[in-house]
Amino acid sequence: MSASHRDSQGRPIVAVTGLGIVTSLGQGKDANWEALTAGRSGIHRIERFPTEGLRTTIAATVDFLFDRSVSAPELSEKLATLAAEEAVTQSGLGEAGDFPGELFMAVPPVEMEWPQKQELAQAVDGDADYDALLRVAARHKHQAMHELFLFGGVAEHIAEKFGTKGSPISLSTACSSGATAIQMGVEAIRRGETEAALCVGTDGSVHAEALIRFSLLSALSTQNDPPEGAAKPFSKNRDGFVMGEGAGALVLEDYDHALARGATILGIVAGCGERGDGFHRTRSSPDGKPAILAMQDALADAGLTPDDVDYINAHGTSTPENDKMEAMSCSAVFGERMATLPISSNKSMLGHTLTAAGAVEAVISLMTIANGRIPPTINYNTPDPAIALDVIPNQARDAKVRTVLSNSFGFGGQNTCLVLTAGPSAA
Amino acid sequence: MARDVVITGIGLASSLGEGIEAHAQALASNTAPVIDSQSFTPYPLHPLKPLELDKQIPKKSDQRQMEPWQRLGVYTAGLALDDAGLKDDAEAKSQLQVIVAAGGGERDHAVDAAVLTGLRNANQPGAFLNERLMSDLRPTLFLAQLSNLLAGNIGIVHGITGASRTLMGEEQAGVDAIRTARARIAAGQADIILVGGAYNAERRDMLLLLELGGFLRAADFAPVFARSDAPGLITGSAGAFLVLESAERAAARGAKAHARLSHAGAHRSRRQPGSVAKALDELLAGFGPVAADALAISAATGCAAITDEEAAAIAKAAPGARRVATGDLVGHSLEAAFPVSVALAAAALSTGAANEAIVTGAAHWRGEGAARLVKA
Repeated sequence: MSASHRDSQGRPIVAVTGLGIVTSLGQGKDANWEALTAGRSGIHRIERFPTEGLRTTIAATVDFLFDRSVSAPELSEKLATLAAEEAVTQSGLGEAGDFPGELFMAVPPVEMEWPQKQELAQAVDGDADYDALLRVAARHKHQAMHELFLFGGVAEHIAEKFGTKGSPISLSTACSSGATAIQMGVEAIRRGETEAALCVGTDGSVHAEALIRFSLLSALSTQNDPPEGAAKPFSKNRDGFVMGEGAGALVLEDYDHALARGATILGIVAGCGERGDGFHRTRSSPDGKPAILAMQDALADAGLTPDDVDYINAHGTSTPENDKMEAMSCSAVFGERMATLPISSNKSMLGHTLTAAGAVEAVISLMTIANGRIPPTINYNTPDPAIALDVIPNQARDAKVRTVLSNSFGFGGQNTCLVLTAGPSAA
Repeated sequence: MARDVVITGIGLASSLGEGIEAHAQALASNTAPVIDSQSFTPYPLHPLKPLELDKQIPKKSDQRQMEPWQRLGVYTAGLALDDAGLKDDAEAKSQLQVIVAAGGGERDHAVDAAVLTGLRNANQPGAFLNERLMSDLRPTLFLAQLSNLLAGNIGIVHGITGASRTLMGEEQAGVDAIRTARARIAAGQADIILVGGAYNAERRDMLLLLELGGFLRAADFAPVFARSDAPGLITGSAGAFLVLESAERAAARGAKAHARLSHAGAHRSRRQPGSVAKALDELLAGFGPVAADALAISAATGCAAITDEEAAAIAKAAPGARRVATGDLVGHSLEAAFPVSVALAAAALSTGAANEAIVTGAAHWRGEGAARLVKA
């Protein structure tokens, strides 16, 4: 046994030994990397449900997994399963159905959906109000609906399938959930509670009501034609985000544990930072302070400085407000260097995978490090003069990337940033 | 190496009212519960005693942007901050981490009923649904419904700029919130955390979800451990938040510690006969010997079999303990059930009614949790 390794603060080092991803661009790292570096968009016209009367008719849904209509928790579970299988297989950790670590899952909030409520309503004479639905429910002939729409259901099923240890965590920090799942895994390993963690962010919740809710908040792009041109992070004509679906999974492992079993180290989660924003329910603080502090916290947690960062994987939603706030916050952290520091948004191609985004983008960030190639921000044809950034416009770029800052900002004042680095052996 | 974690703030509200005194008194005197058997018949429940919201949520505009479960949570979080003496401590509130156990928002029952009734005869159901939702959903509804917006509202209303995390997953979210908060402070990953949850029982959409699985008691109130005639949950509106703090930090600022949270653990296993008892046996055994005069507070559901197993586990670990079911006082409050139970235990220790307490809870579907509190 070699001497134990510790980070700059004397804590266990958290290695990444497995990665998995599913998005609208396809299943698996290879398919996604090929598409992302080719600048291909996964955004398309919605066929899952009728879009008559809707202002937004496009999304980056994952439509290749089921040939029947499914609920959000079913799709979210399937996406998580596929991403986790890829990550766990790559890690080579444990046996099938016996993962020797804890589970941290970012899952979309669920509730009973219209098809199930309609099924109950079919059994009602007269008005289909909740008292009538309750009388149908009391016959206990629809028991599966209970489990389907429990908040803890998806994580419970993943825990059962993969045999993770301990009490599975289902969490939400809105659009930064995926990053929070990783952060909670990092913390558990640093505490020495577990030697490994399966961290997953998943979201398969594009259905009519979910889209309408975001639409009513004027958060979505309405530039439906062509669909693949709608997500335009950092462009002057950006007009909102596009909903996306997908899942990202990471196997995190105590570095020494991974070394001892001869595992391939794919990277290190070197630092995490998070800040609340007591400002507003949907808007970020106009001064960007919480985002700035979250980035600085993540760097400090990693024992690094802004000069160590080679690339920023942006939150970059393509909403007017986020991109402006993010650019300003990055400038505050990185100073003049921001004019030349590469920053790109995967959401230009994947849409906003919401609950999954932080995990999906962490996986892509680690692939960026491994391949020495930065995926572009596509649809960057009308630069916003107020945001002078090197967004890797439209075409991927080769670059030596050792350290990535991955940003996630969410409704409700959630700001979570991760610092991801190459493994020490790649020095 | 691990640091001691103490409870320096308790915020509680339920059908019994609000605050430590009201609940400690009910705990001590076996006060009769407050039950509404009429409004949601055949399901009895424990309705929230109305709150003077202005006391904790001064702005009407903030009150309007929240649903009842969020207002209850923000209110009890405020009580906890007041109790801990942190309400006006901007420095502390910038460090304070928040962990919330949350469910989701309430449906607009009238809109849902009208849409469902109309859908049955709609020629183009998809277009009909789109049209109705586009015109009938309140734009702010989504925000009021998002799980993480209880935490968001706590931040906005109480001026907390530390980070928040929201755990979901029914009862176990409450267990994991307390467990994680305690572990982070013990390990030095945080110094001070506001942790808890809130549940509004007075809503038919949640009754529907629970009744679909057959988990509700559709009969008059009976004590949690005496429901074999008609097993199941009787839900109650309740919220509880705790300020957990490292003992050093609390001592340094001269804060009163109500109790020390010496242990908190969680377990998950596939449910089969005996699995709940085994899980709780293991958790409680890990806490060490329990004093003969300890208090045992149970967040048990009243659901068949698992409630008997929880009773057996409590009897085994603490045969001399006085056992109190949280459900007999304030009803079952899902995500908030475990935080409410820990808050009750902390209140009992704080008022001198007990010197030690264990808290248990087997969730109605999956997950088991336990905690132990001792004198600070």
